[in-house]
Amino acid sequence: MQPLVEARDITKRYDGVVALDQASFRCQPGSIHALVGENGAGKSTLVKILSGVVIPDAGTINVRGRPVVIDSPIVATRLGIGAVFQELSLMPDLTVAENIFITNPPRTHLGLVDRKALYRRAKQFLAELGFQDVDPDALIGELPLAQRQLVEIAKALSRDPQVLILDEGTSALTMQEVHTVFEIMERLRAQNRSVIFISHRMDEVEEIADTITIFRDGRNVASFPAGTVGREEMVQMMIGRKLEQVFPPKRALPAHEVPLLVIEDLSWGDTLRNISFRLGEGEILGLGGLEGQGQRELLLALFGVLRNVRGRIYVNGEEKQITSPAAAASAGIRLALIPEDRKTEGLILPMPVKDNITLATLHQYARFGLMMHHQERAAVDRVIEQLRIKVPSPSVTVRSLSGGNQQKVVIAKWLLTQAQIYLLYDLTRGIDVGTKHEIYQLMRALADEGAGILFFSTDLSELVGLCDRVLVLYEGRISAELSGEALSEENLVATALGMKANGREESPVRRMA
Amino acid sequence: MTTLSIADGAQWLRRFFRRNFKVGIAYVALLALLGVYAGLQPRLFTKLVITATANQGMALVLASMGQTAVVLTAGIDLSVGPIVSLSNTLASTLFPDSVPGVIGVVVLVLLVGALAGLINGLIVVYGRLQPIIVTLATASIYSGFALMLRPRPGGYVPLWYGDLLTRRVFDLIPTSLVLLAFVLIFIWAPFRRSRLGLAVYAVGSDERAAYMSGLNVNRAKVAAYVMAGFLAALAGLFLTAQTSSGDATIGAVYTLQSIGAVVLGGTSLFGGSGGVAGTIAGAFVIRIISSVLFFAGINPLSQPLFEGLVLLIAISLGAARTFTLRNRLETMR
Repeated sequence: MQPLVEARDITKRYDGVVALDQASFRCQPGSIHALVGENGAGKSTLVKILSGVVIPDAGTINVRGRPVVIDSPIVATRLGIGAVFQELSLMPDLTVAENIFITNPPRTHLGLVDRKALYRRAKQFLAELGFQDVDPDALIGELPLAQRQLVEIAKALSRDPQVLILDEGTSALTMQEVHTVFEIMERLRAQNRSVIFISHRMDEVEEIADTITIFRDGRNVASFPAGTVGREEMVQMMIGRKLEQVFPPKRALPAHEVPLLVIEDLSWGDTLRNISFRLGEGEILGLGGLEGQGQRELLLALFGVLRNVRGRIYVNGEEKQITSPAAAASAGIRLALIPEDRKTEGLILPMPVKDNITLATLHQYARFGLMMHHQERAAVDRVIEQLRIKVPSPSVTVRSLSGGNQQKVVIAKWLLTQAQIYLLYDLTRGIDVGTKHEIYQLMRALADEGAGILFFSTDLSELVGLCDRVLVLYEGRISAELSGEALSEENLVATALGMKANGREESPVRRMA
Repeated sequence: MTTLSIADGAQWLRRFFRRNFKVGIAYVALLALLGVYAGLQPRLFTKLVITATANQGMALVLASMGQTAVVLTAGIDLSVGPIVSLSNTLASTLFPDSVPGVIGVVVLVLLVGALAGLINGLIVVYGRLQPIIVTLATASIYSGFALMLRPRPGGYVPLWYGDLLTRRVFDLIPTSLVLLAFVLIFIWAPFRRSRLGLAVYAVGSDERAAYMSGLNVNRAKVAAYVMAGFLAALAGLFLTAQTSSGDATIGAVYTLQSIGAVVLGGTSLFGGSGGVAGTIAGAFVIRIISSVLFFAGINPLSQPLFEGLVLLIAISLGAARTFTLRNRLETMR
């Protein structure tokens, strides 16, 4: 049978990082095709390419056997490819009905938008899909995330696509809503159309997909009919590689640990739910789980960025209220955050390296409000040397440095504050192996000097190789704590997907009935 | 099922009030101001004073409506004032006595205004430059043209043209208000209710989402600037009727006052939400403040001080929402 959509040898790089490496994919008419893999495996990049959001560096795409160039979402729509991303294509100030029919609203004989018909049609369309709970007159910005996802799906379907792409399109939905969406997917399949489905929920994948393709490190590594390969085997295929990075040796846990940081019942809206844990002196505590399960918010909450955080935070045994980043960095608390997006939150790109490095410690070099430049310069030189930051001069702008060196500048900034607790968000993302190695050594050295490190990473091997313990977050809760023997990539993946960690004795393989 | 239950009606009403909260504030401010005004100026409710008050606000209302279109796309147009000046100097230079001649000049001036807006829009969209800096530059250029046309105030405006626009229809309704109704019904409403108008709101609400939805983002933006240029030119033509002469600096205040009127009227400077209903009230508030201060006997030299205070208070009321944001990073967008 001729595939409905076929992508061949697709390569895509972002700033030197390879997202897709000669990946290929084909999707038959009348099928529901699941793409699975770790974060950063290339699934999302592939579907963005198919829907015209991202343009590949190399490779060909055929739709019904004809070669096509999909260089904008409009072209993709015309080719019959409709995509549902997480909240990406909804306008928050417009109503549900306006969003669904934005490109082709019903019109009066004068050519103006016929509002009555618009709402009537939206109401009818939503009801047909089984989304009758969504009010067509509500503004998107007023809706909870789940309803927004339903609107996204309705919007894609309103264009009558031959291929529907759902990229984590069901992640916020309840079981019942997911089944409504599954019914729609089955209807599309019965009409000989196809659905490309990305989900991190393995249960969903096994329930609905008829074909599964596994992605790893930007390549498609296996495709097979659903039900022919066990879960354990699939998880191994997703991870695939051996540990490559050399990690410093872990410390032997002392019997009586001094807790630096104790968190009790930390909650924030629906995003963080009753998080409790303690971080010991000299400990590297990992945060695992899929992206978007509350890890970012947990770090931001500890750093005083979020309002209305409930729960208690103790630093060195004393309860603290952390209401701003300045308070978090202050003498009694001494927290440091290396944020998610170093380019916007970690660095001021157009400013020189030296000014970025001393941004958090300016008061140390000031006398009577004036900067003592020789002291500042001495501190800068020391830390550049210590971290081996490769710069022609401390006066060049941070923008001109490579990703690895930029990240080192962020680290240098907080190193100078002599923080006692470091919050690190995906510190090594997009950084070369050599620099990663140096950063691992540095982290362990900081811990050995008595600092506590809370470390979120999307790289499983880091969590396993570097951390003393790992907390896995799932839907805003700590769903598992892994340490020692149980701290393995298999268990991290399993717990991140909401499954139980595998004990040795029980049989891990579950096949579909 | 067309019967509305009481619960549905109540929900509709609540939603209406929530969505039009900021517009409501603008009208409350306007009514309060008119109340004070009526106390100070007992002759407010005579035909003459009503007409004068309407005329006094009309040019700013028109210019601010155009500004609204641009602000809705999350842009800003600093050349609104200079286009008002250009329109005024062009009209006062070209106006003949004859009716057909004047009509021809009016059409020409409106086209020049639309062209100025088109230039703004094309540079913003295809130059990928920030609207504030593009229109700062073109503002200077349009001012330059106005000054070249009319280095000194003067020019010729037929008496009947001024009388026609600044008096009353059937000696009852101020012509300026009829003109406003005409603009609302035949220019703004079709724009707002067209697909293009929907696209303008969509682009301002989330440009990336609009692009992902397959909308023509560039066309929507350019259309907004054209609308701003056109309405600024119309404002200039009305001003010409009011002053019966040409002056290359007459539009200068309209740039910032139009932005003030837009914000006062509840349109978000981040784009996507708001509309001209609020803007009209905002423009009248800004214009009536000075009359009120005058009748209150406040020293004309300290008028800007009080105008600024009133503006600040009114805008603060609309910004109260920020206190409900739970992630501090979101207040910094």
